Amino acid sequence: MSATMTSAAPAGTAGGQRGPALRHAVYLTGRSLRILRREPVYLAFTLIQPMVWLLLFGALFERVADLPGFGDTSYLEYLTPGVVVMTAMMSAGWAGSQFIDDMQRGVMDRNLTSPVSRGALITGALAYQAVVTVVQSLIVFGVGLLAGARYDGGLAGVLVVLLCAVLLAVIFAALSCAVALTLRSQESLIGVSQFLTLPLAFLSTVMMAPALLPGWVGTVARVNPVDWAARASREALLGNPDWSAVLGRAGLLAALTLVMAWLATRAFRAYQRSV
Amino acid sequence: MQHAIEAEGLVKTYGKGPKAVRALSGVGFAVPSGTVFGMLGPNGAGKSTTTKILTTLSTPDSGTAVVAGLDVAKQPGAVRHAIGYVPQKPCFDPTATGRENLTLQGHVYGMPGSDIRSRGTHLLERFGLADAADRITKTWSGGMQRKLDVALALMHRPRVLFLDEPTTGLDPEARADMWAEISGVTQADGVTVLLTTHYLEEADQLADRLVIIDRGQVVAEGTPEELKGGLDGDAVQVELADPGQQEAARRAVAAVRGVGEITADGARLHARVGNGAATLPGLLAALDGAGVPLASVTVARPSLDDVYLRHAGRSFHSADRAGTEVAA
Repeated sequence: MSATMTSAAPAGTAGGQRGPALRHAVYLTGRSLRILRREPVYLAFTLIQPMVWLLLFGALFERVADLPGFGDTSYLEYLTPGVVVMTAMMSAGWAGSQFIDDMQRGVMDRNLTSPVSRGALITGALAYQAVVTVVQSLIVFGVGLLAGARYDGGLAGVLVVLLCAVLLAVIFAALSCAVALTLRSQESLIGVSQFLTLPLAFLSTVMMAPALLPGWVGTVARVNPVDWAARASREALLGNPDWSAVLGRAGLLAALTLVMAWLATRAFRAYQRSV
Repeated sequence: MQHAIEAEGLVKTYGKGPKAVRALSGVGFAVPSGTVFGMLGPNGAGKSTTTKILTTLSTPDSGTAVVAGLDVAKQPGAVRHAIGYVPQKPCFDPTATGRENLTLQGHVYGMPGSDIRSRGTHLLERFGLADAADRITKTWSGGMQRKLDVALALMHRPRVLFLDEPTTGLDPEARADMWAEISGVTQADGVTVLLTTHYLEEADQLADRLVIIDRGQVVAEGTPEELKGGLDGDAVQVELADPGQQEAARRAVAAVRGVGEITADGARLHARVGNGAATLPGLLAALDGAGVPLASVTVARPSLDDVYLRHAGRSFHSADRAGTEVAA
């Protein structure tokens, strides 16, 4: 074999190389989903916090909705879409930890010496996070409905909530991957993730109506992607939504998603150069 | 003879300015096809950097490398199809079964589904992993996990297999088992193996040819027999009770008939002698006469340890410790 094939790559595998990025991304996403299917308890862990927000926080601050500015919704109805997108963000903040695991083991080195598409390593991680977010969001939203929240928006509204949650998750998953590839330690990733996600959740209209935010928080909220997602989601669930406001914010989310995915790819290249 | 790997003048520096570390200063060697080639050296000698360049993980500052007839700098994609790599650290997916690990690897290399199934089954059987094939690999023993790492690297039938410290951390039984697999792999798969190790015994046992790398350079190359044969006779190692008497001991030993080259390394003195058994009484009498108390004396047939000492000017183990400290 070594005598007959010393000068060219095996023909069969070379032919299979056309457009392998998508195929590789699908295999890698599938690998991650298999882990989740085997150990669904991880998914359960990521749902503890949102349940606290939704059920305890929602109950504790029930009377907040009596304030002018919340309209005629209950606080639970106001809070539920916000908790959906907040959960998407917080859970996506850990996405980079898989890369750190892979770097600490030999998995990253083995991948980089294989023909696996470099882009697929990033898109596989992001696609996995997107699928997880859909499942999480449906559960959190479902619990909101069970607890008594009701919306006039119908299916279109729910789809917008899912879309916003997925875009926000991909934004933060990409950021998490970029941080992981740059700092390369679990501790730093936890630090950055905690430092960023909780403040961003509070500097938004997730828990408090826009009209009631202190001025400076309102200003920050305007450039906060969590707020874009929360506002677009709440608007889309109304009986007669202002679609231009929904599309405007979803557009911003989509644009930021592309920027962040690009950033993660850059971080990956920088990592490769530093090996 | 055809070469599966040809490296020439590889230079690599990490960092810039005053903090720059020269990892390789002109490493070159050629690996004949179908053989096991050992790359031996202490920690920090430049073995890993050389492997990273040959496997396309890293690029050299200068120098060239050709693997399986392909230039690693110009055709990295084709090189990746032609090589299999077992990194020093475990690289299997602990959350998947053995078979799932192999299947994903096959997909990554674009193998057709039927081939993935038959090749996977074949490798699992060959490495004695068939019974555990459908169990999650994190429950496997360390030796089985390491064999899976090797099976993963062989999945796509590479022409060159890189094994980076394949037996580090294995118990003696698993190590012997792994040695048997490695020595069979050139026959069974027709691959060329580049084996990186810092176990002298491992290189001696498995490598058809080897290079000794020290401080970023190749200091010796040949078959284990050639390298050992280059040393005259036996090695006598004298450990002094008092390291301060190194000079006195050296003078006394040098005056003994039949003693060749002497190397001192702290409290140890290594002397090459024509015939250990015949020289030893005189050597001991000379040291006694010079008033040098000893902690121990050993006589041994030449080993790669002696080859290393001869070419690197320090014992392998002290170099290994120094390298580990630099790395840490």
